[in-house]
Amino acid sequence: MINNHNRLTIHEAHRLLKAKQLSSVELTKACLERIRRVEPKVHALVTITDELALKQAQKADELMATGDVNPLTGIPVLIKDNICTKGIRTTCSSRMLENFVPPYDATVVERLNNRGAVILGKANMDEFAMGSSTENSALFTTHNPWDLSRVPGGSSGGSAAAVAAGETIYALGSDTGGSIRQPAGFCGITGLKPTYSRVSRYGLVAFASSLDQIGPLTQDVTDCALVLNAIASYDSRDSTSVPYPTPDYTQCLNTDLNGLHIGVPKEYFVEGMQTEVEIAIRTAINKLEELGARVDGEVSLPHTPYALAVYYIIAPSEASANLARYDGVKYGFSYQDADSMWEAMEKTRQYGFGAEVKRRIMLGTYALSAGYYDAYYLKAQKVRTLIRQEFDQAFEKFDALVTPTSPTVPFKIGEKVDDPLQMYLSDVCTLPINIAGLPAISIPAGFADGLPIGMQIIGKPFSEETILKIAYAYEQATDWHKRKPSI
Amino acid sequence: MKLSREEVLHIALLARLGLTETEVNKLSEQLSNILENFEVLQQVDTSGIPPTAQSIPLQNVVREDKVTPCLPQSQILANAPRKDGNFFRVKAVLE
Repeated sequence: MINNHNRLTIHEAHRLLKAKQLSSVELTKACLERIRRVEPKVHALVTITDELALKQAQKADELMATGDVNPLTGIPVLIKDNICTKGIRTTCSSRMLENFVPPYDATVVERLNNRGAVILGKANMDEFAMGSSTENSALFTTHNPWDLSRVPGGSSGGSAAAVAAGETIYALGSDTGGSIRQPAGFCGITGLKPTYSRVSRYGLVAFASSLDQIGPLTQDVTDCALVLNAIASYDSRDSTSVPYPTPDYTQCLNTDLNGLHIGVPKEYFVEGMQTEVEIAIRTAINKLEELGARVDGEVSLPHTPYALAVYYIIAPSEASANLARYDGVKYGFSYQDADSMWEAMEKTRQYGFGAEVKRRIMLGTYALSAGYYDAYYLKAQKVRTLIRQEFDQAFEKFDALVTPTSPTVPFKIGEKVDDPLQMYLSDVCTLPINIAGLPAISIPAGFADGLPIGMQIIGKPFSEETILKIAYAYEQATDWHKRKPSI
Repeated sequence: MKLSREEVLHIALLARLGLTETEVNKLSEQLSNILENFEVLQQVDTSGIPPTAQSIPLQNVVREDKVTPCLPQSQILANAPRKDGNFFRVKAVLE
Protein backbone atom coordinates (compact mmCIF):
# COMPACT_ATOMS: atom_id res chain seq x y z
CA MET A 1 0.00 0.00 0.00
CA ILE A 2 1.36 3.41 -0.95
CA ASN A 3 0.74 6.24 1.47
CA ASN A 4 2.36 9.62 2.01
CA HIS A 5 3.06 9.30 5.72
CA ASN A 6 6.75 9.77 4.97
CA ARG A 7 5.93 13.30 3.78
CA LEU A 8 4.38 14.36 7.09
CA THR A 9 6.14 17.03 9.12
CA ILE A 10 7.02 16.32 12.76
CA HIS A 11 4.10 18.38 14.03
CA GLU A 12 1.63 16.80 11.59
CA ALA A 13 2.79 13.28 12.43
CA HIS A 14 2.71 14.05 16.15
CA ARG A 15 -0.91 15.16 15.90
CA LEU A 16 -1.89 11.94 14.09
CA LEU A 17 0.11 9.77 16.49
CA LYS A 18 -1.51 11.42 19.49
CA ALA A 19 -4.99 11.05 17.99
CA LYS A 20 -4.22 7.34 17.38
CA GLN A 21 -4.86 7.82 13.66
CA LEU A 22 -1.35 6.66 12.88
CA SER A 23 1.17 4.45 14.63
CA SER A 24 4.89 5.02 14.80
CA VAL A 25 5.39 1.58 13.22
CA GLU A 26 3.25 2.64 10.22
CA LEU A 27 5.13 5.93 9.94
CA THR A 28 8.51 4.19 10.21
CA LYS A 29 7.51 1.59 7.61
CA ALA A 30 6.47 4.37 5.24
CA CYS A 31 9.93 5.94 5.54
CA LEU A 32 11.73 2.60 5.17
CA GLU A 33 9.63 1.79 2.09
CA ARG A 34 10.49 5.20 0.63
CA ILE A 35 14.17 4.59 1.38
CA ARG A 36 13.95 1.24 -0.43
CA ARG A 37 12.40 2.92 -3.48
CA VAL A 38 14.46 6.09 -3.91
CA GLU A 39 17.79 5.24 -2.30
CA PRO A 40 19.15 3.61 -5.49
CA LYS A 41 18.83 7.08 -7.07
CA VAL A 42 19.59 9.44 -4.17
CA HIS A 43 22.32 7.55 -2.22
CA ALA A 44 21.79 9.55 0.96
CA LEU A 45 22.25 6.80 3.56
CA VAL A 46 25.50 5.18 4.62
CA THR A 47 23.80 2.80 7.05
CA ILE A 48 20.13 1.81 7.31
CA THR A 49 19.12 0.63 10.79
CA ASP A 50 15.73 -0.79 9.83
CA GLU A 51 15.55 -3.43 12.58
CA LEU A 52 16.46 -0.95 15.28
CA ALA A 53 14.02 1.59 13.83
CA LEU A 54 11.09 -0.82 13.93
CA LYS A 55 11.99 -1.83 17.49
CA GLN A 56 12.14 1.83 18.55
CA ALA A 57 8.85 2.49 16.74
CA GLN A 58 7.17 -0.34 18.60
CA LYS A 59 8.46 1.04 21.88
CA ALA A 60 7.25 4.51 20.92
CA ASP A 61 3.78 3.13 20.21
CA GLU A 62 3.76 1.59 23.69
CA LEU A 63 4.80 4.95 25.15
CA MET A 64 2.05 6.61 23.12
CA ALA A 65 -0.49 4.30 24.70
CA THR A 66 0.58 5.44 28.18
CA GLY A 67 0.33 9.08 27.14
CA ASP A 68 3.96 9.75 28.19
CA VAL A 69 4.92 11.49 24.97
CA ASN A 70 6.58 14.57 23.55
CA PRO A 71 6.63 15.99 20.01
CA LEU A 72 9.50 13.74 18.82
CA THR A 73 8.20 10.45 20.21
CA GLY A 74 7.86 7.88 17.46
CA ILE A 75 9.12 10.23 14.74
CA PRO A 76 11.79 8.84 12.37
CA VAL A 77 15.10 10.70 12.14
CA LEU A 78 18.31 10.30 10.17
CA ILE A 79 21.64 11.11 11.84
CA LYS A 80 24.64 12.53 9.99
CA ASP A 81 27.41 9.97 10.07
CA ASN A 82 29.82 12.10 12.09
CA ILE A 83 27.54 12.00 15.14
CA CYS A 84 28.32 9.01 17.36
CA THR A 85 25.63 6.38 17.78
CA LYS A 86 26.32 3.64 20.30
CA GLY A 87 26.59 0.27 18.59
CA ILE A 88 25.88 1.79 15.15
CA ARG A 89 28.78 2.24 12.74
CA THR A 90 29.83 5.89 12.50
CA THR A 91 32.04 6.34 9.44
CA CYS A 92 32.34 10.10 8.78
CA SER A 93 32.13 8.81 5.19
CA SER A 94 35.83 8.00 5.52
CA ARG A 95 37.87 4.87 4.91
CA MET A 96 39.54 5.79 8.18
CA LEU A 97 36.38 5.08 10.19
CA GLU A 98 34.61 2.68 7.83
CA ASN A 99 34.31 0.03 10.55
CA PHE A 100 34.24 2.25 13.64
CA VAL A 101 31.45 1.38 16.08
CA PRO A 102 31.23 4.01 18.84
CA PRO A 103 30.96 2.73 22.41
CA TYR A 104 28.78 5.70 23.36
CA ASP A 105 26.03 7.99 22.07
CA ALA A 106 26.55 11.66 21.30
CA THR A 107 24.60 13.87 23.71
CA VAL A 108 22.18 14.88 20.94
CA VAL A 109 21.48 11.21 20.14
CA GLU A 110 20.98 10.45 23.82
CA ARG A 111 18.52 13.33 24.03
CA LEU A 112 16.58 12.12 20.96
CA ASN A 113 16.52 8.56 22.31
CA ASN A 114 15.23 9.81 25.66
CA ARG A 115 12.36 11.36 23.72
CA GLY A 116 11.46 8.11 21.98
CA ALA A 117 12.91 8.97 18.57
CA VAL A 118 13.15 6.36 15.82
CA ILE A 119 16.60 6.22 14.22
CA LEU A 120 16.42 5.20 10.54
CA GLY A 121 20.16 5.24 9.94
CA LYS A 122 23.20 7.36 9.23
CA ALA A 123 23.51 9.97 6.51
CA ASN A 124 26.25 10.37 3.91
CA MET A 125 28.49 13.44 4.04
CA ASP A 126 31.74 14.85 2.76
CA GLU A 127 34.56 12.99 4.46
CA PHE A 128 35.03 14.36 8.00
CA ALA A 129 32.54 17.12 7.02
CA MET A 130 35.09 18.72 4.70
CA GLY A 131 33.30 19.74 1.54
CA SER A 132 30.29 21.35 -0.04
CA SER A 133 28.81 18.63 -2.25
CA THR A 134 29.26 15.12 -0.67
CA GLU A 135 31.65 14.41 -3.56
CA ASN A 136 34.38 14.11 -0.93
CA SER A 137 32.61 11.13 0.65
CA ALA A 138 34.94 8.13 0.41
CA LEU A 139 31.87 5.89 0.08
CA PHE A 140 29.69 7.45 -2.64
CA THR A 141 28.21 10.75 -3.81
CA THR A 142 24.69 11.75 -2.83
CA HIS A 143 22.45 13.08 -5.61
CA ASN A 144 20.12 16.07 -5.37
CA PRO A 145 16.49 14.85 -5.41
CA TRP A 146 15.48 17.92 -7.47
CA ASP A 147 17.91 16.98 -10.24
CA LEU A 148 19.88 13.78 -9.88
CA SER A 149 22.73 15.10 -12.02
CA ARG A 150 23.41 17.80 -9.42
CA VAL A 151 24.98 17.84 -5.95
CA PRO A 152 22.83 18.08 -2.81
CA GLY A 153 25.35 20.44 -1.21
CA GLY A 154 27.49 19.52 1.73
CA SER A 155 28.78 18.50 3.95
CA SER A 156 25.42 17.39 5.41
CA GLY A 157 24.26 16.49 1.89
CA GLY A 158 22.92 13.05 2.83
CA SER A 159 20.83 14.53 5.63
CA ALA A 160 19.40 17.26 3.37
CA ALA A 161 18.74 15.04 0.35
CA ALA A 162 16.98 12.42 2.50
CA VAL A 163 14.65 15.02 4.03
CA ALA A 164 13.89 16.52 0.59
CA ALA A 165 13.29 13.07 -0.93
CA GLY A 166 10.92 12.08 1.87
CA GLU A 167 13.14 9.27 3.15
CA THR A 168 13.01 10.63 6.68
CA ILE A 169 10.82 13.11 8.55
CA TYR A 170 13.85 15.10 9.68
CA ALA A 171 17.60 14.78 10.10
CA LEU A 172 20.50 16.01 12.20
CA GLY A 173 23.52 17.58 10.58
CA SER A 174 26.60 19.53 11.59
CA ASP A 175 27.74 22.93 10.39
CA THR A 176 31.34 24.16 10.48
CA GLY A 177 31.21 26.64 7.58
CA GLY A 178 27.73 26.16 6.14
CA SER A 179 27.37 22.38 6.17
CA ILE A 180 23.74 22.47 7.36
CA ARG A 181 22.54 25.65 5.67
CA GLN A 182 24.10 25.25 2.21
CA PRO A 183 22.69 21.71 1.62
CA ALA A 184 19.35 22.78 3.13
CA GLY A 185 19.29 25.62 0.58
CA PHE A 186 20.33 23.31 -2.27
CA CYS A 187 17.64 20.76 -1.37
CA GLY A 188 14.76 23.20 -0.72
CA ILE A 189 14.39 22.46 2.99
CA THR A 190 14.95 24.25 6.31
CA GLY A 191 18.27 24.03 8.15
CA LEU A 192 19.44 25.74 11.32
CA LYS A 193 22.92 26.29 12.65
CA PRO A 194 22.46 27.25 16.29
CA THR A 195 24.75 29.69 18.11
CA TYR A 196 28.15 28.10 18.79
CA SER A 197 27.86 26.23 22.11
CA ARG A 198 24.03 26.17 22.18
CA VAL A 199 23.97 22.45 21.34
CA SER A 200 26.44 20.02 22.90
CA ARG A 201 29.21 18.78 20.60
CA TYR A 202 29.93 15.76 22.80
CA GLY A 203 30.06 12.78 20.46
CA LEU A 204 30.37 14.87 17.30
CA VAL A 205 33.55 13.74 15.53
CA ALA A 206 35.72 16.86 15.77
CA PHE A 207 36.61 18.80 12.62
CA ALA A 208 37.20 22.43 13.67
CA SER A 209 36.34 22.69 17.35
CA SER A 210 35.80 26.45 17.53
CA LEU A 211 33.38 26.37 14.57
CA ASP A 212 31.51 23.01 14.68
CA GLN A 213 27.85 23.01 15.71
CA ILE A 214 25.08 20.40 15.43
CA GLY A 215 21.64 21.41 14.17
CA PRO A 216 18.37 20.24 12.58
CA LEU A 217 17.40 19.80 8.91
CA THR A 218 13.62 19.77 8.63
CA GLN A 219 10.68 20.28 6.28
CA ASP A 220 9.53 23.48 7.94
CA VAL A 221 10.34 26.05 10.61
CA THR A 222 8.00 24.62 13.26
CA ASP A 223 9.82 21.29 13.02
CA CYS A 224 13.11 23.11 13.32
CA ALA A 225 11.98 24.70 16.59
CA LEU A 226 10.73 21.35 17.90
CA VAL A 227 14.06 19.63 17.22
CA LEU A 228 16.02 22.53 18.70
CA ASN A 229 13.89 22.21 21.85
CA ALA A 230 15.09 18.65 22.16
CA ILE A 231 18.80 19.07 21.40
CA ALA A 232 19.68 22.49 22.86
CA SER A 233 20.92 22.15 26.41
CA TYR A 234 23.83 22.67 28.73
CA ASP A 235 26.10 19.62 28.80
CA SER A 236 28.93 19.25 31.30
CA ARG A 237 30.64 16.82 28.90
CA ASP A 238 31.24 19.65 26.40
CA SER A 239 33.43 22.26 28.08
CA THR A 240 32.32 24.88 25.52
CA SER A 241 28.65 24.32 26.33
CA VAL A 242 27.03 27.38 27.91
CA PRO A 243 24.95 27.08 31.09
CA TYR A 244 22.11 29.20 29.70
CA PRO A 245 18.48 28.16 30.09
CA THR A 246 16.78 26.77 26.97
CA PRO A 247 13.52 28.50 26.01
CA ASP A 248 10.61 26.78 24.28
CA TYR A 249 11.50 27.73 20.70
CA THR A 250 7.96 27.16 19.42
CA GLN A 251 6.63 30.03 21.57
CA CYS A 252 8.21 32.65 19.30
CA LEU A 253 6.57 31.39 16.11
CA ASN A 254 4.14 34.07 14.97
CA THR A 255 3.69 36.03 11.77
CA ASP A 256 3.89 39.57 13.08
CA LEU A 257 7.20 41.14 12.17
CA ASN A 258 6.25 44.66 13.30
CA GLY A 259 9.00 46.30 15.29
CA LEU A 260 11.75 44.11 13.86
CA HIS A 261 14.65 45.80 12.11
CA ILE A 262 16.34 43.72 9.42
CA GLY A 263 19.59 44.57 7.65
CA VAL A 264 20.73 43.39 4.23
CA PRO A 265 24.56 43.38 4.02
CA LYS A 266 25.55 44.33 0.49
CA GLU A 267 28.80 42.31 0.55
CA TYR A 268 26.77 39.08 0.44
CA PHE A 269 25.50 39.85 -3.02
CA VAL A 270 28.83 38.83 -4.39
CA GLU A 271 30.35 39.10 -7.81
CA GLY A 272 29.59 36.00 -9.84
CA MET A 273 26.31 35.50 -8.04
CA GLN A 274 23.55 33.94 -10.11
CA THR A 275 21.00 36.58 -11.18
CA GLU A 276 18.00 34.38 -10.37
CA VAL A 277 19.28 33.91 -6.83
CA GLU A 278 19.66 37.65 -6.30
CA ILE A 279 16.17 38.32 -7.67
CA ALA A 280 14.61 35.62 -5.47
CA ILE A 281 16.30 36.93 -2.32
CA ARG A 282 15.40 40.58 -3.10
CA THR A 283 11.79 39.49 -3.64
CA ALA A 284 11.84 37.58 -0.35
CA ILE A 285 13.20 40.64 1.44
CA ASN A 286 10.30 42.71 0.05
CA LYS A 287 7.98 40.09 1.48
CA LEU A 288 9.56 40.54 4.93
CA GLU A 289 8.86 44.25 4.63
CA GLU A 290 5.23 43.53 3.71
CA LEU A 291 5.03 41.41 6.84
CA GLY A 292 5.89 44.42 8.98
CA ALA A 293 9.68 44.35 9.28
CA ARG A 294 11.69 47.51 8.77
CA VAL A 295 14.37 46.71 6.19
CA ASP A 296 17.62 48.56 5.59
CA GLY A 297 19.06 47.37 2.29
CA GLU A 298 22.36 49.26 2.44
CA VAL A 299 24.22 47.70 5.36
CA SER A 300 27.95 47.21 4.95
CA LEU A 301 30.12 44.58 6.61
CA PRO A 302 33.41 45.51 4.92
CA HIS A 303 35.49 42.60 6.27
CA THR A 304 33.21 39.99 4.66
CA PRO A 305 35.52 39.41 1.66
CA TYR A 306 38.26 38.25 4.06
CA ALA A 307 36.08 35.58 5.69
CA LEU A 308 36.96 32.92 3.12
CA ALA A 309 40.70 33.19 3.80
CA VAL A 310 40.13 33.40 7.57
CA TYR A 311 37.98 30.28 7.47
CA TYR A 312 40.32 28.27 5.27
CA ILE A 313 43.21 29.02 7.61
CA ILE A 314 41.43 28.49 10.94
CA ALA A 315 39.33 25.43 10.02
CA PRO A 316 42.20 23.41 8.48
CA SER A 317 44.51 24.42 11.35
CA GLU A 318 42.07 23.08 13.91
CA ALA A 319 41.42 20.05 11.70
CA SER A 320 45.11 19.22 11.40
CA ALA A 321 45.31 19.08 15.19
CA ASN A 322 42.03 17.19 15.65
CA LEU A 323 42.83 14.61 12.98
CA ALA A 324 46.23 13.86 14.50
CA ARG A 325 44.40 11.25 16.59
CA TYR A 326 44.02 8.94 13.58
CA ASP A 327 47.23 7.02 14.05
CA GLY A 328 46.03 3.46 13.43
CA VAL A 329 46.52 2.51 17.07
CA LYS A 330 43.35 3.14 19.05
CA TYR A 331 40.58 2.71 16.46
CA GLY A 332 39.93 3.12 12.79
CA PHE A 333 41.89 1.98 9.75
CA SER A 334 45.37 0.68 10.49
CA TYR A 335 48.10 -0.17 7.99
CA GLN A 336 49.61 -3.44 9.13
CA ASP A 337 52.47 -4.19 6.72
CA ALA A 338 54.88 -1.49 7.86
CA ASP A 339 58.38 -2.10 9.19
CA SER A 340 58.34 0.73 11.72
CA MET A 341 55.91 2.66 13.88
CA TRP A 342 56.37 5.86 11.87
CA GLU A 343 55.83 4.09 8.59
CA ALA A 344 52.68 2.46 9.98
CA MET A 345 51.35 5.87 11.00
CA GLU A 346 52.16 7.55 7.70
CA LYS A 347 50.68 4.74 5.61
CA THR A 348 47.60 4.56 7.84
CA ARG A 349 46.95 8.21 7.14
CA GLN A 350 47.92 7.96 3.48
CA TYR A 351 45.39 5.21 2.75
CA GLY A 352 42.79 6.18 5.37
CA PHE A 353 42.23 9.80 4.32
CA GLY A 354 40.84 11.11 1.04
CA ALA A 355 42.22 13.96 -1.09
CA GLU A 356 40.35 16.88 0.52
CA VAL A 357 41.14 15.76 4.06
CA LYS A 358 44.81 15.46 3.15
CA ARG A 359 44.71 18.91 1.53
CA ARG A 360 43.28 20.46 4.70
CA ILE A 361 45.68 18.63 7.02
CA MET A 362 48.54 19.94 4.88
CA LEU A 363 47.11 23.47 4.77
CA GLY A 364 46.53 23.53 8.54
CA THR A 365 49.90 22.03 9.38
CA TYR A 366 51.54 24.63 7.17
CA ALA A 367 49.61 27.53 8.76
CA LEU A 368 50.61 26.36 12.23
CA SER A 369 54.23 25.53 11.43
CA ALA A 370 57.25 27.49 12.64
CA GLY A 371 57.81 30.61 10.57
CA TYR A 372 54.26 30.77 9.20
CA TYR A 373 52.16 30.80 12.39
CA ASP A 374 52.12 34.60 12.73
CA ALA A 375 51.53 35.31 9.05
CA TYR A 376 48.67 32.85 8.67
CA TYR A 377 47.09 31.46 11.83
CA LEU A 378 47.55 34.44 14.14
CA LYS A 379 46.65 36.88 11.38
CA ALA A 380 43.47 34.93 10.64
CA GLN A 381 42.54 34.94 14.33
CA LYS A 382 42.91 38.71 14.43
CA VAL A 383 40.78 39.23 11.35
CA ARG A 384 38.30 36.86 13.00
CA THR A 385 38.05 39.42 15.81
CA LEU A 386 37.30 42.18 13.29
CA ILE A 387 34.61 40.08 11.59
CA ARG A 388 32.94 39.37 14.92
CA GLN A 389 33.15 43.05 15.99
CA GLU A 390 31.55 44.09 12.72
CA PHE A 391 28.62 41.74 13.34
CA ASP A 392 28.33 42.98 16.95
CA GLN A 393 28.10 46.55 15.69
CA ALA A 394 25.48 45.64 13.09
CA PHE A 395 23.42 43.89 15.75
CA GLU A 396 23.34 47.05 17.86
CA LYS A 397 21.06 48.39 15.14
CA PHE A 398 19.46 45.28 13.62
CA ASP A 399 17.58 42.30 15.04
CA ALA A 400 18.64 40.11 12.13
CA LEU A 401 20.52 40.14 8.84
CA VAL A 402 19.25 38.53 5.64
CA THR A 403 21.39 37.16 2.80
CA PRO A 404 21.30 34.42 0.19
CA THR A 405 22.43 31.05 1.60
CA SER A 406 24.54 30.32 -1.45
CA PRO A 407 25.50 32.42 -4.50
CA THR A 408 24.14 29.81 -6.94
CA VAL A 409 21.63 26.99 -7.24
CA PRO A 410 23.03 23.44 -6.89
CA PHE A 411 25.87 22.77 -9.34
CA LYS A 412 26.49 19.67 -11.44
CA ILE A 413 28.20 16.63 -9.96
CA GLY A 414 31.83 16.78 -11.07
CA GLU A 415 31.72 20.48 -11.97
CA LYS A 416 34.01 21.70 -9.16
CA VAL A 417 35.86 18.62 -7.93
CA ASP A 418 39.16 19.55 -9.55
CA ASP A 419 39.17 23.13 -8.36
CA PRO A 420 39.23 23.36 -4.55
CA LEU A 421 38.95 27.17 -4.51
CA GLN A 422 35.79 27.15 -6.65
CA MET A 423 34.32 24.57 -4.30
CA TYR A 424 35.26 26.68 -1.24
CA LEU A 425 33.48 29.69 -2.81
CA SER A 426 30.10 27.95 -2.67
CA ASP A 427 30.17 28.54 1.11
CA VAL A 428 31.10 32.20 0.86
CA CYS A 429 27.78 33.39 2.36
CA THR A 430 27.74 30.92 5.24
CA LEU A 431 31.37 30.86 6.46
CA PRO A 432 31.39 34.27 8.19
CA ILE A 433 28.57 33.14 10.50
CA ASN A 434 30.65 30.28 11.95
CA ILE A 435 33.65 32.56 12.30
CA ALA A 436 31.53 34.84 14.49
CA GLY A 437 29.71 31.95 16.23
CA LEU A 438 26.25 33.30 15.31
CA PRO A 439 22.98 31.42 14.76
CA ALA A 440 21.57 31.33 11.23
CA ILE A 441 18.80 29.52 9.42
CA SER A 442 18.31 28.72 5.74
CA ILE A 443 14.75 28.50 4.44
CA PRO A 444 13.34 27.92 0.94
CA ALA A 445 12.84 31.24 -0.87
CA GLY A 446 12.19 30.34 -4.49
CA PHE A 447 13.31 28.30 -7.47
CA ALA A 448 15.35 28.84 -10.62
CA ASP A 449 14.71 26.33 -13.41
CA GLY A 450 13.20 23.94 -10.90
CA LEU A 451 16.18 24.17 -8.54
CA PRO A 452 15.77 25.46 -4.97
CA ILE A 453 17.08 28.80 -3.68
CA GLY A 454 17.78 29.32 0.03
CA MET A 455 17.54 32.50 2.10
CA GLN A 456 19.78 32.87 5.13
CA ILE A 457 18.59 34.73 8.24
CA ILE A 458 21.37 35.54 10.71
CA GLY A 459 20.85 36.50 14.35
CA LYS A 460 22.89 37.78 17.26
CA PRO A 461 24.31 35.16 19.64
CA PHE A 462 21.56 33.12 21.33
CA SER A 463 18.76 34.87 19.43
CA GLU A 464 17.48 31.68 17.76
CA GLU A 465 13.96 32.81 18.67
CA THR A 466 14.23 35.94 16.52
CA ILE A 467 15.47 34.18 13.40
CA LEU A 468 12.96 31.35 13.82
CA LYS A 469 10.18 33.92 14.10
CA ILE A 470 11.25 35.75 10.92
CA ALA A 471 11.67 32.43 9.09
CA TYR A 472 8.24 31.28 10.27
CA ALA A 473 6.51 34.49 9.20
CA TYR A 474 8.07 34.25 5.74
CA GLU A 475 7.27 30.56 5.43
CA GLN A 476 3.61 31.08 6.37
CA ALA A 477 3.30 33.80 3.73
CA THR A 478 4.80 31.63 0.97
CA ASP A 479 4.53 28.01 -0.13
CA TRP A 480 8.07 27.20 -1.28
CA HIS A 481 8.51 24.78 1.64
CA LYS A 482 5.52 22.76 0.48
CA ARG A 483 7.06 21.95 -2.90
CA LYS A 484 8.57 18.49 -3.06
CA PRO A 485 10.79 16.98 -5.75
CA SER A 486 8.94 14.52 -7.98
CA ILE A 487 11.42 11.72 -7.54
CA MET B 1 54.22 32.20 -3.33
CA LYS B 2 55.13 28.79 -4.64
CA LEU B 3 55.40 25.85 -2.28
CA SER B 4 58.39 23.73 -3.23
CA ARG B 5 58.48 19.98 -3.33
CA GLU B 6 60.78 20.01 -0.26
CA GLU B 7 58.35 22.20 1.66
CA VAL B 8 55.45 19.88 0.83
CA LEU B 9 57.46 16.89 2.03
CA HIS B 10 58.46 18.74 5.21
CA ILE B 11 54.82 19.60 6.02
CA ALA B 12 53.77 16.02 5.24
CA LEU B 13 56.41 14.78 7.67
CA LEU B 14 55.15 17.15 10.39
CA ALA B 15 51.62 15.81 9.78
CA ARG B 16 52.86 12.17 9.55
CA LEU B 17 51.06 11.94 6.25
CA GLY B 18 52.33 9.59 3.59
CA LEU B 19 51.96 11.00 0.05
CA THR B 20 52.46 9.52 -3.40
CA GLU B 21 54.62 11.32 -5.95
CA THR B 22 51.47 12.41 -7.80
CA GLU B 23 50.00 13.81 -4.58
CA VAL B 24 53.18 15.74 -3.79
CA ASN B 25 53.07 17.44 -7.20
CA LYS B 26 49.34 18.14 -7.05
CA LEU B 27 49.51 19.50 -3.49
CA SER B 28 52.47 21.70 -4.33
CA GLU B 29 50.39 23.35 -7.03
CA GLN B 30 47.06 23.45 -5.16
CA LEU B 31 48.45 24.67 -1.84
CA SER B 32 50.44 27.39 -3.59
CA ASN B 33 47.30 28.52 -5.36
CA ILE B 34 45.26 28.54 -2.13
CA LEU B 35 47.97 30.30 -0.10
CA GLU B 36 48.28 32.94 -2.80
CA ASN B 37 44.59 33.69 -2.33
CA PHE B 38 45.14 34.05 1.41
CA GLU B 39 47.58 36.90 0.77
CA VAL B 40 44.55 39.24 0.85
CA LEU B 41 44.67 39.06 4.64
CA GLN B 42 47.89 41.06 4.63
CA GLN B 43 45.81 44.05 3.41
CA VAL B 44 43.90 44.12 6.69
CA ASP B 45 45.27 46.39 9.40
CA THR B 46 45.23 44.28 12.57
CA SER B 47 47.55 46.37 14.71
CA GLY B 48 46.27 46.37 18.28
CA ILE B 49 43.59 43.76 17.48
CA PRO B 50 43.60 40.75 19.80
CA PRO B 51 43.20 37.28 18.27
CA THR B 52 39.93 35.35 18.69
CA ALA B 53 40.30 31.65 19.39
CA GLN B 54 36.62 30.99 20.07
CA SER B 55 33.43 33.01 20.06
CA ILE B 56 31.87 32.46 23.48
CA PRO B 57 32.45 34.22 26.80
CA LEU B 58 33.62 31.10 28.66
CA GLN B 59 37.05 30.79 30.25
CA ASN B 60 38.74 28.11 32.30
CA VAL B 61 35.75 25.84 32.76
CA VAL B 62 36.45 23.71 35.82
CA ARG B 63 34.64 20.92 37.59
CA GLU B 64 34.90 19.25 40.95
CA ASP B 65 37.67 16.67 41.18
CA LYS B 66 35.23 13.81 41.55
CA VAL B 67 35.45 10.30 40.14
CA THR B 68 32.59 9.59 37.74
CA PRO B 69 31.80 6.42 35.80
CA CYS B 70 33.71 5.98 32.56
CA LEU B 71 33.79 3.42 29.76
CA PRO B 72 35.22 0.00 30.71
CA GLN B 73 38.53 -1.14 29.16
CA SER B 74 36.79 -3.79 27.09
CA GLN B 75 34.74 -1.14 25.28
CA ILE B 76 37.68 1.21 24.82
CA LEU B 77 39.66 -1.64 23.26
CA ALA B 78 36.76 -2.95 21.17
CA ASN B 79 37.80 -0.89 18.11
CA ALA B 80 41.55 -1.39 18.52
CA PRO B 81 43.22 -2.68 15.33
CA ARG B 82 45.71 -4.66 17.44
CA LYS B 83 45.59 -5.40 21.13
CA ASP B 84 47.39 -7.52 23.66
CA GLY B 85 45.40 -8.24 26.80
CA ASN B 86 44.36 -4.87 28.14
CA PHE B 87 46.82 -2.95 25.97
CA PHE B 88 46.91 -1.37 22.52
CA ARG B 89 49.63 -3.10 20.55
CA VAL B 90 51.99 -0.89 18.51
CA LYS B 91 55.16 -1.36 16.51
CA ALA B 92 58.34 -0.95 18.52
CA VAL B 93 59.10 2.72 19.22
CA LEU B 94 62.77 2.07 19.97
CA GLU B 95 64.48 -0.58 17.91
